[in-house]
Amino acid sequence: MLEARLYLLQRATALLLAPLVVVHLVVILLAVRGGLSAAEILARTQGSTVWAAFYGVFVIAVALHAPIGLRNLLGEWLGWRDGSRDLAVLVFGLALLGLGLRAVWGVTT
Amino acid sequence: MGDTITETLAVEVWRGRDEGQFETFEVPHRESQTVLDVVTWIQRNAEPALAYRFACRVGMCGSCAMTVNGRPRWTCRTHVSEVLDGGRLRIEPLANLPRIKDLVCDLTPFFEKWQTARGRFEPSATRHDPMVPVSTESPERRAADAGIECINCAVCYAACDVVRWNPDYVGPAALNRAWTLVNDERDGDRNGVLQAVSQAGGCHSCHTHASCLEHCPVGLNPTAGIAGLKRLTALAAFGGGD
Repeated sequence: MLEARLYLLQRATALLLAPLVVVHLVVILLAVRGGLSAAEILARTQGSTVWAAFYGVFVIAVALHAPIGLRNLLGEWLGWRDGSRDLAVLVFGLALLGLGLRAVWGVTT
Repeated sequence: MGDTITETLAVEVWRGRDEGQFETFEVPHRESQTVLDVVTWIQRNAEPALAYRFACRVGMCGSCAMTVNGRPRWTCRTHVSEVLDGGRLRIEPLANLPRIKDLVCDLTPFFEKWQTARGRFEPSATRHDPMVPVSTESPERRAADAGIECINCAVCYAACDVVRWNPDYVGPAALNRAWTLVNDERDGDRNGVLQAVSQAGGCHSCHTHASCLEHCPVGLNPTAGIAGLKRLTALAAFGGGD
């Protein structure tokens, strides 16, 4: 049932990411157009549990969603379908998770 | 059946195996002529060594499928007038299957994948048990009925992009068969079908391009059946159906 679980996990994280990405883009546009400097943005995000939770969930969803999609792409486009592919996308997912959470930690603490 | 010869068709036919070339034949164009009629005319009148496959000629056996002007079709029920492209007809073997000779493919992988998808009935009773009444009105029976008329022609398999990309993908026909079985209350191992279609190359590989729906000569909708399998396997995967 691995394939079924990955399939459902990819769909579930896509559902989660759809609103998160919209909020993310809208906030970027508003912040940049509003003329906020990096220091002013950091002043708003640091110590904010709301932004920490928002981007924490965002990063976790991406770290689950992207490797599953990449796994399918590698299988279909490059014919890479053995266990080494799963290991490679697992490393990719952990890298996304690590880098993403590090960034969230950096701007919210 | 009219026999009026109105013109001559230029018919390009694939000759050879993987290596080969198109050979052009001039074939009399008749009224109500099917593509299979054209191939048969060539074999009987121009090239006796031409290899092709057919049996029933009436759209029941599923053995005469070929690629006609780029699309997989059942040739016995395809009228030449429907598919002519500027007076041209190009006939090739089905895609996504190993070629044997000329227009004949080896369907072994196609049928082996039916087995991989557990596309066979597992009885839940013996002939000595009483017949179990099956309601024709139940949603499960209706779903099974909608997919059960497959003639195994492999047109959907040849039309499927995912089959082309991923040789492990079992394809629309096998999954359609699996879908009819998980909806058949007489089947004794419906969970086994869900297990089988949840392996790598199973229903989750489908991209819902719906080429199978578009090309199925008998008007089935394997895409809907595959979507149904995705639904049931997702429920089973998180509901302890391991």
